[in-house]
Amino acid sequence: MADLRVKIAGVEFKNPVIPASGAFGYGREYERFYPLSKLGGIAVKGTTLHRKDGNPPPRIAETPAGMLNSVGLQNGGLEKFLKFELPNLLTKDTRIIANIAGATAEECAELAARLDTTAVDMLELNISCPNVKQGGAAFGTSCQSAAEVTKRVRAVTSKPLMVKLSPNVTSITEIAAAVEAEGADALSLINTLLGMRIDIRTRRPILKNNVGGLSGPAVFPIAVRMVWQVANAVKIPVVGMGGISTAEDAIEMMMAGASAVQVGAAIFQNPYAPLEIIEGMARWCDENAVALISDITGTVQPW
Amino acid sequence: MKMRYTQGKFLITEKKAIAKGIFDVTVQCPEVAKIAEPGQFVHAAAAGFSLRRPISVCEIDRTAGTLRIVFEVRGKGTERLSECNRGEVMDLIAPLGRGFKLLEPDKKAICIGGGIGTPPMLAAAQHYGANATVISGFRSASAVILQEDFAACGAKTLLCTDDGTQGKKGRVTDLLDECLARENPDIIYACGPEVMLKAVAERAMARDVFCQVSLEQRMGCGVGACLVCACKIRRGGEEYYAHVCQDGPVFDCREVRFDG
Ligand SMILES: Cc1cc2nc3c(=O)[nH]c(=O)nc-3n(C[C@H](O)[C@H](O)[C@H](O)COP(=O)(O)OP(=O)(O)OC[C@H]3O[C@@H](n4cnc5c(N)ncnc54)[C@H](O)[C@@H]3O)c2cc1C
Ligand SMILES: Cc1cc2nc3c(=O)[nH]c(=O)nc-3n(C[C@H](O)[C@H](O)[C@H](O)COP(=O)(O)O)c2cc1C
Ligand code: FES
Repeated sequence: MADLRVKIAGVEFKNPVIPASGAFGYGREYERFYPLSKLGGIAVKGTTLHRKDGNPPPRIAETPAGMLNSVGLQNGGLEKFLKFELPNLLTKDTRIIANIAGATAEECAELAARLDTTAVDMLELNISCPNVKQGGAAFGTSCQSAAEVTKRVRAVTSKPLMVKLSPNVTSITEIAAAVEAEGADALSLINTLLGMRIDIRTRRPILKNNVGGLSGPAVFPIAVRMVWQVANAVKIPVVGMGGISTAEDAIEMMMAGASAVQVGAAIFQNPYAPLEIIEGMARWCDENAVALISDITGTVQPW
Repeated sequence: MKMRYTQGKFLITEKKAIAKGIFDVTVQCPEVAKIAEPGQFVHAAAAGFSLRRPISVCEIDRTAGTLRIVFEVRGKGTERLSECNRGEVMDLIAPLGRGFKLLEPDKKAICIGGGIGTPPMLAAAQHYGANATVISGFRSASAVILQEDFAACGAKTLLCTDDGTQGKKGRVTDLLDECLARENPDIIYACGPEVMLKAVAERAMARDVFCQVSLEQRMGCGVGACLVCACKIRRGGEEYYAHVCQDGPVFDCREVRFDG
């Protein structure tokens, strides 16, 4: 039986499979299907300082091999998270990654500072949400603002800090390097790619927000490419995501350079996807005489 | 209320077309049937599509351990679902959402279905039997469904079509007005296009009759995790986005912001 444990920024995960932020809520809904302790960790829904109502519906559109979403970070705010969600999550015997988003760098820093004194295992700073007007991707699309917000957050937290990058940029490696230079302990990518669908009968966009973030199998090759490029450009670990729906996808992502993976949209189709990926990876390791899953990270041999 | 849904591949024991492009499917799923309630829905996987399709529970047979769903082919996903035949399986997450609030069966209920909003009314009408009045409206005679099923449970049926090819020519709200002029129901249930729900809600509120409407919204997870299926609700003096899959699909009509 292969050892599936991975270590990222000093935090040990029992396996490398983590439901992605926004696809899994706070885990409550999926506990009906399986114990959360089977998961490597959970990246919980993005939390903002104050309650956020999100964008008007429709907020989802199906696409070939994927979907667009324009939720717009609906969440109950930090207080509610600390009071009602975190205590419950901490009893689940899995790693908890708090995903935070702010309209300003100050807000991001305040969120990080408040979470610093809690028992969350890791912070994931979202500088890449395409669905909010302020903050979000605005931070993640220039090296300067990405560096600035990372610096501010780094200054107020001793938690392992993972910064989540946007694929909607000209050079993701430059942003990655800028964030690394300001003290990020890890990087996660990719967030969704900005997209659009139009209902040709009504000539209206399907999403009320007009545009939204593309995820699911359609983005997988882009995610693999970006993880590969980023992993080669930085020294800190990379958590890969974007379109992973099978164990083979997860293994491919790790070979591209990811130390662990997150799974989002696939869960909507198959709630058991994270578990099936974990089981499939274990089987693959056994069949391929891989004793330690972490040994496959970055092992692609480029031509 | 704790939700107790499961995901599984369930055997299709019956399938037939009951009108042009409208399919009536029965699946064997004893565990789900045991706990399913009128107004809840199933989230059906259509092979080759990234998102599941939400379909209301039309009839629950706890003894036989079956659920019946009735759906219209609207696009590629429901077309794919309509190709699933008897003897094959359907991949469902079910039962989902909050169903209708059911009063004692001796209370008087009016169940209103517009077009493909009619199926969920069957399970509700069956609860009230002869104390239910079912008002249904369709585009045309060719789209009329489920009238025999309503009659079989003892409910009184009132029918209208837009073009007058079957039943009365007109809208369900015309029939509702006639009905309300004669009797005061204890509860009204409605499912159908939003304009219809709004018109029903106005009438119910004007007469202070408790009324529940079943809403539709595009869905992702179906279980309350992804937050895409938002609908604007006013509760406790506050307006916010609730979620159709978890807080609904059935809502108290007084809470729904139809233009939100
Ligand atoms: C709670 C609930 C109960 C429903 N019950 C029934 C029922 O009993 N019978 C029935 O025929 N239909 C029902 N519907 C509507 C049904 O879900 C849609 O007609 C169906 O999803 C359309 O899929 P498609 O692939 O044919 O269309 P497409 O247009 O190809 O679908 C594209 C995407 O949009 C979504 N979508 C499109 N229209 C709707 C809609 N009206 N509501 C929600 N999502 C939509 C699809 O699910 C899919 O994700 C219900 C919807 C909800 C939310
Ligand atoms: C409905 C939905 C909501 C999301 N919400 C968040 C969020 O709050 N914060 C965040 O960092 N990413 C969010 N994401 C992005 C995912 O975490 C992930 O980066 C992206 O979907 C790519 O992975 P996938 O293809 O496996 O879904 C969301 C994605 C979806 C589909
Ligand atoms: S569909 Fe995911 S929350 Fe309703």
